[in-house]
Amino acid sequence: MIEVNKITYDYIVRDENDEIEDSVRAVNEVSLNIAQGEFICVLGHNGSGKSTLAKTLNAILLPTFGEVLVMGMNTRDETCTLEIRKNVGMVFQNPDNQIVSNVVEEDVAFGPENLGVPTEEIIARVAKACERAGIAEKRMMSPNQLSGGQKQRVAIAGVLAMHSKCIVLDEATAMLDPIGRKDVMRTLISLNKEDGITIVLITHYMEEAINADRVIVMDQARIVMEGTPKEVFSQPERIRRYGIDVPQVTELAEALMKRGVALPKGILTTEELISELKNRKA
Amino acid sequence: MLRDITLGQYYPTDSVLHRLDPRTKLFGTMIYIIGLFLCKSWIEYGIAAAALAVMIILSRVPVSFMFRGLKAIAILLLISVVFNLFLTDGEIWIKIGFLRITYEGLRLAGQMAARLICLVIGASIMTLTTTPNALTDGLERSLGFLKVIRVPVHEIAMMMSIALRFIPILIEETDKIMKAQMARGADFENGGLIEKAKAMVPLLVPLFISAFRRATDLATAMEARCYHGGEGRTKMKPLKYNARDYAAYIIVIAFLVLLILIR
Repeated sequence: MIEVNKITYDYIVRDENDEIEDSVRAVNEVSLNIAQGEFICVLGHNGSGKSTLAKTLNAILLPTFGEVLVMGMNTRDETCTLEIRKNVGMVFQNPDNQIVSNVVEEDVAFGPENLGVPTEEIIARVAKACERAGIAEKRMMSPNQLSGGQKQRVAIAGVLAMHSKCIVLDEATAMLDPIGRKDVMRTLISLNKEDGITIVLITHYMEEAINADRVIVMDQARIVMEGTPKEVFSQPERIRRYGIDVPQVTELAEALMKRGVALPKGILTTEELISELKNRKA
Repeated sequence: MLRDITLGQYYPTDSVLHRLDPRTKLFGTMIYIIGLFLCKSWIEYGIAAAALAVMIILSRVPVSFMFRGLKAIAILLLISVVFNLFLTDGEIWIKIGFLRITYEGLRLAGQMAARLICLVIGASIMTLTTTPNALTDGLERSLGFLKVIRVPVHEIAMMMSIALRFIPILIEETDKIMKAQMARGADFENGGLIEKAKAMVPLLVPLFISAFRRATDLATAMEARCYHGGEGRTKMKPLKYNARDYAAYIIVIAFLVLLILIR
């Protein structure tokens, strides 16, 4: 669905005379293929280039070199920009700074309104999107009365109402409390499993990565690891070198192994660890 | 102080006024204000006040909400009353030293106060019964003719609605910055006017920086949601006149005609 072809992105700092003063390479020759219906998680510490990569996926940033193709459309082609953004929706970090309207349902309607969808269809889409994002009973409220997690689900509903095939979440859970994070994750998983919506989740919470089909680790503007969560987290030493942690359960299993408890590598969930420990006893 | 302003604060109930088209309410408020400025005698002010009272009852918004808006203009009200009271020539009523109050001054001051109070409450009724979005929609549609002379009506309406959305967020942020600075010994309460103004500088700088950052974020988010100006945009809630709107237009015009006839 999305094809990222050897892209490089430079942030360029210019002085008053418009001369290039400094440039920082945020993304360096990254290639990535995202299939329809996939759940991808991009991990990386601050400044690893993961947010920049995310913003190139729907033509908010255009790569300095290389190409991004969304369903065959090049993000450089300005005539395709709207179509690309309609298909690849985005949810950002700060919930307050992406809500346009004073009423939840009017905000959800913002995307389809921009696309020129007829009124009756907007109403139907908004109702469905709010339902799917679990904010149906908050429709008439002001976003200021909602919690962070609820605001992010309003943003997700806004993307759903555009009938996007893919949602890119740029550290959308970073400013939320644990309950809000869990709610958002539950919504995303159900959208991915039941509606087949492609999810690209940029995060630095390891616990969120275990739900993904594929985990991508970025460090210093490059993709350094790629694989299923099990494959990636079974190499804790290597991950730590890139400045990120393994999930707590994985860490516990690792500590147990060091103490001589025989466990398989890459345990990701509490349930998994419990059943492995029970099996050992039996 | 910022919290006292009711303008732009929607009060949700389901009254007749709430269900009116925003264009009707804008027109009605405008006519009401024109009517207020036509008032000369106390009878006319009585009619205007009675009309206002009917509107307050119809709106089903608690009266205390209406009067909250008055706090913001208290000083303006006081100044205009005092000036009219003491500086109007005419038949002297009381004389204390060099100060004198005339009958004309008394009348003018009273009418000025009545006019200002009715004006603010009238405008408050409109903003309390209309969602800011409906209000900007109404403005956009009513002023659509200005597009011909290249006034960016849609953009202005969009800016207004975004400004309204961010007012509470920025107030909260101001509060946070103030508390953070007070925790480090900043003093916003004591000192003269100049010192107080100086104390505001370290408050405003971070507030502006944060506002600009929010603006950038919001612009990106709007672009990501396919915003590309007013062209080709549809509405979830398009404005539509109903029978009650036509009735309201007739009542409002009748009100104006009545005021003119009474003069």
